[in-house]
Amino acid sequence: MTDAALPHSAVEADAPARRDFGLKRRHAAERRFRLYGIVAIFIGLGFLAILLVSIVSKGYTAFVQTAITVPVEFSADIIDKDNERATNPRVLVSANYPVVARNAVAKALGVSPDDKAAMREVAKFVSDGNRATLRQIVMEDPSVIGTTRDVTLLAAADIDSANKGQIDLAVPQDKRKVSDRQIAWLDQLKAEGAISTPFNWGLLTFGASSRPETSGLGVALAGSLYMMAIVLLCALPIGVAASIYLEEFAKKDRFTDFIEVNINNLAAVPSIVFGLLGLAVFINFFGLPRSAPIVGGLVLTLMTLPTIIIATRAALRSVPPSIRTAALGVGASKMQMVFDHVLPLATPGILTGTIIGLARALGETAPLLLIGMVAFVADAPTSPLSPATALPVQIYMWSNEAERAFVERTSGAIIVLLAFLAIMNIAAILLRRHFERRW
Amino acid sequence: MSAGWVVAIVLAIGAVAYFFAAQRARTQRDGADRRTEQAHSLPTYHGWLSFLLATLPALIVFLVLSSVSSGLLENRVRTEVTSHVGDSAGSSLQIGIVHNAANALTRLGLSGTNVPTSYAALRDMASSAGIVLAQSGEDYMVPLAASVNEDAGAHRLLIHGLTLALALAGAAFAYSRIRLRLRARNEVERIVLWSLIAASSVAILTTVGIVLSMLGETMRFFSEINPLNFFFGTVWDPRFAAAGSTGEEGQFGLIPLLSGTLYIALVSMLFAVPVGLMAAVYMGEYATPRIRSIVKPLLELLAGIPTIVYGIFAVVTLGPFLRDLSAALSGGFAFIQSQSVFTAGIVMGVMLIPVVSSLSDDVITAVPRAMRDGSLALGATRSETIRRVILPAALPGIVGALLLTASRAIGETMIVVLAAGVAARLTINPFEAMTTITVKIVNQLTGDLEFNSPQTLVAFALGLTLFAITLGMNVYALYIVRKYREQYE
Repeated sequence: MTDAALPHSAVEADAPARRDFGLKRRHAAERRFRLYGIVAIFIGLGFLAILLVSIVSKGYTAFVQTAITVPVEFSADIIDKDNERATNPRVLVSANYPVVARNAVAKALGVSPDDKAAMREVAKFVSDGNRATLRQIVMEDPSVIGTTRDVTLLAAADIDSANKGQIDLAVPQDKRKVSDRQIAWLDQLKAEGAISTPFNWGLLTFGASSRPETSGLGVALAGSLYMMAIVLLCALPIGVAASIYLEEFAKKDRFTDFIEVNINNLAAVPSIVFGLLGLAVFINFFGLPRSAPIVGGLVLTLMTLPTIIIATRAALRSVPPSIRTAALGVGASKMQMVFDHVLPLATPGILTGTIIGLARALGETAPLLLIGMVAFVADAPTSPLSPATALPVQIYMWSNEAERAFVERTSGAIIVLLAFLAIMNIAAILLRRHFERRW
Repeated sequence: MSAGWVVAIVLAIGAVAYFFAAQRARTQRDGADRRTEQAHSLPTYHGWLSFLLATLPALIVFLVLSSVSSGLLENRVRTEVTSHVGDSAGSSLQIGIVHNAANALTRLGLSGTNVPTSYAALRDMASSAGIVLAQSGEDYMVPLAASVNEDAGAHRLLIHGLTLALALAGAAFAYSRIRLRLRARNEVERIVLWSLIAASSVAILTTVGIVLSMLGETMRFFSEINPLNFFFGTVWDPRFAAAGSTGEEGQFGLIPLLSGTLYIALVSMLFAVPVGLMAAVYMGEYATPRIRSIVKPLLELLAGIPTIVYGIFAVVTLGPFLRDLSAALSGGFAFIQSQSVFTAGIVMGVMLIPVVSSLSDDVITAVPRAMRDGSLALGATRSETIRRVILPAALPGIVGALLLTASRAIGETMIVVLAAGVAARLTINPFEAMTTITVKIVNQLTGDLEFNSPQTLVAFALGLTLFAITLGMNVYALYIVRKYREQYE
């Protein structure tokens, strides 16, 4: 009897104590679990912060550019030695403007033209890109030849870096790109107030160039703009039409199912596969030119289509059935009901989805590499058929350049890209807020 | 007359047809005795019907005939060229030269007796006009190019005339049909419905296009390289032979690329899944609505950042940082290379965090309230409810979500192009560089290459492999997610 009762009473006596012990452990586990969640969120947000800070801190200096304002003597001896500009205007185009720029800076610095070594360093002090600036001045007004005028010249990329404090002066002179003499000149010009750092419009307007200080995003912005226009013109009508069919007209049959499976899969196909499609179909089969925005636009259209279709269908679905029955009730045909009543009410949702799709297309790089958008294009495209690059592709190309100044431009270009994306996404959010309806 | 003008004229004819048809329908309606006869459709529907009848057949005929014409001409050039040089790999180059010569003739305004007799003469004339022609052209190409130009001109004249005639005929036909009882609205609506169906088939066409185009090129690749050597080869060495020289054949082993792809995807998933899942759980179950409304959009910002930016971040910031860190830890020797599986995996993992968390958020919130409440009522703590009730119930959906995420990781390109390196080798050490399928697709296809060599065709075989892998994962994942959703509905 006691044998049987003893364990029983022992369990009863132990029970409360064991539950207390377990509760403590379980609460600790609860706290730990909660902590894991917080840590996970902080890891995510931390990486976001590091990413943005590292890009912005490396790139913000790209938005200003060192310039030197000096009196430039447009010497007729250099520009037009044989005085034949009246008969042969090509002389003014091909004149040796870099020498004009070099001499002007040398004069401002007090360097003697006979000191060949010093003159070579002066030549490296100013950008070769000033050729275009000076040529434009002379072409616009040939009477400037023989006179002296204050001109703002671009500094060379290395001098620009030195002026922005990006070059470590503790490194021995022969291991860095800027000599002590050039640093001294820089300080001298600074003291004279000839050095300024204006906003770098060139970053947004110049085309491709092998010199960092004269390379910019102009061609890339134009190419991206063309492509976005093509995506908008093609993907929006096709996407909306497809969504209307699937949501309002399609019977539930095999064909409809097949379309839906296709759309869902296309949304998840790797973007590079679309690049292969563009290469094989648009370029090799239809014979469209390589590097052209039209091919890029078509490829991005196919990529964006699923996004737009999914957003449009959600917007159509959110229009309540009462609108449809009311329209049909007053005698509208089904087509009139859709186009006159349902579609206008779904427009804000469709536009929001389209903007988000466009933003994704704007940042897409991989398919564009395959269709030859990795090209050195110096002049802005005049039509969707002429060669161009795209904003993300330009970033990729600059990231492959070795020079220090291109690192700064890469990050600067990323800031431009992110700014465009931010504007588009904010527009989408505002649109949704402003037109959102609750039924 | 260029194609753009033809289309513009056809559209203008359509617009005029719209105007007159609507006007005529309006006159008929206003003139009719309302008690005996009523118009079936509004005048605008008559207008639209005329517009569609004028433009649609004309534009369709224009497109079809134009592509038939260019196909015929292409075929003719191909037969002529292969009769001269034989059906070799270089023939596509020769065909290109003929086309360029034809273009140059058009731009120089040369035809008939003006055409130079030798290719060199044509080349000189072109270069003086600023048109660059290839050096390796031959004399037989010039008359061929000229006659192709002539044929193209004749075709163009025929096609454009036919198109415009069809547009006018369509407009006249539509105009003559206008009656009070004509069911114009029904006909317009039928045409619109068919165009809606056509728009939805674009998705099918795209898939078919992807499969067919890649299958064709892949078959050409496999006609030169044994598929077994591709799928089971362990050496990747495509060896770009110098132009013209033959005999040097590279090795195209998929295994090093596939293992690199899967390794990097694995590292990124090992990073992204715990972080993303825990973030989703915390935001779904613990966070106050206020915190949720701030943190969720911030995390989703990570998904909106283009992958090229992640790639640059890996190259410029994280890679050098990890290299220096490992050098400091081991006292001088940097055991983490700046381009490595680890770097690429971590950065890709960061990109995948919002993907994992938003997909699993959907799945977790789909678990019925009753299961949660029941568990809490039995005395389980919140974490116990999550671990023992919600996660097991959501498991199939989470697995589906993870499959979708993994397929994103496998197909990701820009991060690995910049951060993973190009050396195709087999290694177990995550701190060394490996390469992936997507990197090699980009490498093989950027630069000026002939499109007939196995070195470029292999990119399509790689692309098809990638497509097959991701398609399989996506279909299975969508199947799981759909099945799971139905379970609780």
